[in-house]
Amino acid sequence: MHIPDGFIDGKTAVVTAVISAVGVGFALRQVRRELPPRRVPLLGLAAAFLFAAQMVNFPVAGGTSGHLVGGTLVAALLGPSAAVVVVTTVLIVQCFLFQDGGVMALGADVFNMAILNSVIGYMIYRMVCHWLTGIRGRVTAIAFAAWCATVLAAICCAGQLAWSGTIPWSVAFPAMATVHMFIGVGEGLISALVFLAVYRARPDLITETTLTDQPQRLGELVRYGLLVTLGVAVFVAPFACSWPDGLDSVADKFGFSHKMAPLLPAPAPNYQVPGIHWAVGATAMAGAAGSLIVFVLALLMGRWLVPKPKDL
Amino acid sequence: MSVHLVNHHHGQPDSLVHRLPAALKLSVALVIIVATVLTPIQWLAWFVGVAGLLVLTMLLSRLPLFFVFRRLLVLSPFVLGVVLVNAFQPAGRDKWLAVAIKSVLCLLTVILVSNTTPFSQILRVLKSIRVPALLITTIALMHRYLFVLMDEAERMRRARASRTFTRGRRFHWRALATVVGQLFIRASERAERIYDAMCARGWK
Repeated sequence: MHIPDGFIDGKTAVVTAVISAVGVGFALRQVRRELPPRRVPLLGLAAAFLFAAQMVNFPVAGGTSGHLVGGTLVAALLGPSAAVVVVTTVLIVQCFLFQDGGVMALGADVFNMAILNSVIGYMIYRMVCHWLTGIRGRVTAIAFAAWCATVLAAICCAGQLAWSGTIPWSVAFPAMATVHMFIGVGEGLISALVFLAVYRARPDLITETTLTDQPQRLGELVRYGLLVTLGVAVFVAPFACSWPDGLDSVADKFGFSHKMAPLLPAPAPNYQVPGIHWAVGATAMAGAAGSLIVFVLALLMGRWLVPKPKDL
Repeated sequence: MSVHLVNHHHGQPDSLVHRLPAALKLSVALVIIVATVLTPIQWLAWFVGVAGLLVLTMLLSRLPLFFVFRRLLVLSPFVLGVVLVNAFQPAGRDKWLAVAIKSVLCLLTVILVSNTTPFSQILRVLKSIRVPALLITTIALMHRYLFVLMDEAERMRRARASRTFTRGRRFHWRALATVVGQLFIRASERAERIYDAMCARGWK
């Protein structure tokens, strides 16, 4: 999901950079306030861990392999603010040192993968944990949260590409969403397995970081929620609601649609590929159905991986 | 395996380009990237000029040509993919060429800068433009321990492979996940030791 340079135009780059700078600034302030100095080096080490973990390839059918992306996992292990800082660090190093992701697209990448992915993932994780207690509930929660966060980040990425005019929404949205619905299943499974492995070996690492300072987290989450909503409203909402169709119908009603035609020399007619609107709608519906299916799968996996709830 | 995969070039750090101040290189690169992305594709002169400048820099920096081209190829699959998608859009046929040219030029710029500038100098520039200290500490620590942890992951993966036969995919995934989980535990234990070491050396 790393966007290269040239795919994001000026306005999108500026808007994403501003939103991401606000988000990362807030995360840094939050981390400085609540993280004990003893744990400051952990941020850097967690970033190095995330990068190294992404090199471990999990075999998928047919000789292909996938790897962990990890925003949600880090958020569950270290808390949302620390996760925003950690993933941002990984993205900066990937951009400058390994040229993975463009410099102008860094703001967009940080928003999608560091802020949106970690924050949404953490929120869903906490919500599901609230219903389903115990380690079994947590494993279910992290699998489901990782899936949702992956798909949402991909949709947001599609929105940014469409807003930049690089790829039309009607192509970008179905392609990105469909592919990431499958990638998300792997991501959820790997996140849950890794989380469980950490829990089995060092349960104190998990309880220590996520069960404390809950009331403090609420205000933090509300602010992140506002920021993420703002980003989604800018990047995705214009395409999800029917602006162009609305404009067309208004034009028809006032009878100036024929006057508009020469003014707006559309390079491509509105409906260039038959059934393209059907594809967008179908993808949205598949996403809704998919999230239900994935939640049930995550529940079953939690039962299967954690034999009997002996603790909590 | 990991170090080869990362493929960072550390050869002859003594050319003219290597010796230029890091701040100058970074700001020129930023200007080139921003201008290249924003310039409409009709202004061909700009793109030809940038390409010429980059090729000149590449020759001056004495980076092996083969190395630079391989980096470009390895990093381009996404560019190629989107370019292909766009090529099938009736409207986007000339747009895809623009996107391809722009992203390759930007990629080349970053490859040249990052392979001729030591990372510590980049961090110093970031510090001088008031990037928060916590973020710089985190980036510096990540860069320092990145290769350590990658080697550690590789050692654990090899140790696991030498001790178990692969009993189907399900077992394989659980074993790999244990490796990753163990890597996290080792990283956080190492972080505690680093903190002690930092305190012992007067970090506040």
